[in-house]
Amino acid sequence: MKENPFASTQFERRKFRRANLNKWIMFSFCAALIIPLIAILVDIFVKAAPVISLDYLWLNPANKGKEGGLWAPLVGTFYLVIGSLTLVAPVGILAAIYLNEYAKEGILNRVIGIAVTSLAGVPSIVHGLFGLGAFVLVMLPAVNSVIGSPNDRASNWQAGLLTASLTVAVMNLPVIIASAREALGGVPQSFREACWNLGATRWQTIRTIVLPNSLSGILTGVILTISRAAGETAPILFTGVTFFKFVADAGWEKIFPYNPGEPFMAMSMHLNIISNQISQMPEGMKYGSAAVLIGLILFVNSFAIILRVWLRGRKRW
Amino acid sequence: MSAPVQHCITTKDVCLWYAKFQALINVTVNIKQGKITSLIGPSGCGKTTLLRCFNRINERYDYVTTRGEIKILGKNIYDEDVSLIELRKKVGMVFQRPNPLPISVYENIVFGLRIHHERSATKQSVLDEAVEKALTEVRLWDDLKDRLDTKATTLQLEQQQKLCIARLLPLKPDIILMDEPCSALDVEGTRAIEELMFELKGRYSIVIVTHNMAQARRASDECIFMLMGELVEHTRTEDLFLTPKNPKTAEYIEGRYG
Repeated sequence: MKENPFASTQFERRKFRRANLNKWIMFSFCAALIIPLIAILVDIFVKAAPVISLDYLWLNPANKGKEGGLWAPLVGTFYLVIGSLTLVAPVGILAAIYLNEYAKEGILNRVIGIAVTSLAGVPSIVHGLFGLGAFVLVMLPAVNSVIGSPNDRASNWQAGLLTASLTVAVMNLPVIIASAREALGGVPQSFREACWNLGATRWQTIRTIVLPNSLSGILTGVILTISRAAGETAPILFTGVTFFKFVADAGWEKIFPYNPGEPFMAMSMHLNIISNQISQMPEGMKYGSAAVLIGLILFVNSFAIILRVWLRGRKRW
Repeated sequence: MSAPVQHCITTKDVCLWYAKFQALINVTVNIKQGKITSLIGPSGCGKTTLLRCFNRINERYDYVTTRGEIKILGKNIYDEDVSLIELRKKVGMVFQRPNPLPISVYENIVFGLRIHHERSATKQSVLDEAVEKALTEVRLWDDLKDRLDTKATTLQLEQQQKLCIARLLPLKPDIILMDEPCSALDVEGTRAIEELMFELKGRYSIVIVTHNMAQARRASDECIFMLMGELVEHTRTEDLFLTPKNPKTAEYIEGRYG
């Protein structure tokens, strides 16, 4: 038997052990990220379990939220999300198409890019104050001078769903632009060249090839902004949300409880107030609303993931 | 004697800059109608750039400046009154990597018809006929006639490249530009594309850029040798390979550099 010419040396074995150890250290740091997440979720859902039921979702809050359910804030959040998305999605997507497909590389384009990125990093309370200044204090009086009468205060629009949706829309605009640009940038340049070479105009190229192939990415970006719209309190704090607004218990009034020009209730605000502003709040109610809000956001996000997987499965290149 | 030679492309003193770098220097060339003309030369000699001038695709990138005259069908394509869309219908291009669009085979072929005509003018029967004609011309009809709705990006590379040629045909081009059309293909695929070029020549003028000297020798009637942005020699392919006039050409085809 000949001696093995490729036997590992002692130095190598030590090196290998050390590399292995490093790998495990890094793995444990990753695992440490998951533990708090699970701990928080388990804590909330266990404590929320006793109150969660269909009635809890369907009934209006009563007695400052100590009894009843979550219908009024839940439906308020729903309309806030729908309103802000309707306002922001077209603007954001069209802006992204312009920046990615039409605008020439240059200083202006780069400045806009930087502006979008920095805007995405602005704290949400700043957006809230901007909304207060721009929409509540400037836009609403202008609207009221046209449609309202100065003698009848009740006919005037107040800070409400409209102003809050606009504020949340502004907050989400940079996020949508950035994600839509990324999705558009993911469409290979060779497809565009193929189209141009057949004599297609830019718009024909965008409509027939670029948009259909980036739709999944664009939609995912749009859906992910829903969780921000539903979860943030700061931007709506001064721009239309309220802790209590009477909502009917039955009929159409229950489905469409809020005027765009009236204050509305929202999940994030509701949770904020009942968890630290009202004494003797039953613990189950606090944890219940937290669980519903988290559940809502998880549901929306998983919907985005499923949509993405499904659309990606259909495209192949 | 034979009729006077027709030229499909004639250029005069074409210069092109990528920002400050001059990629083409006073290129003057007459390319014959109905023939296969190959452009050869080492990397970076400007052959692809010249090819891309012929349908003005270079201009998509705004740092490119072009000067000089390129006449196609007797018209200078750099004139102000030239519509890029009409130009690109007449001058089709096939790329190095097959780039079928991520839609069905059928839709790939009728894409050109759809974008150039009103919806009412593109009747189903017209489209069907165009698809069969184009696919037959590139010898794909028998393979694909039952699979017209498969996604074009899932075909074999060779079929994809043939499809990329086929989708130009419904627009009735005069000139087909090919930018190293076989470099992503295996031997069989290369042979198939070369055979196809032979069948298409005559009806269409073909200009092909190739890295592969053997391919230029096999598959072209005329050959243009370029070096450092300048046209060195342009003659019949046999002559260029057997009796090159310029010593630089001789050294290149002997493989001294490149």
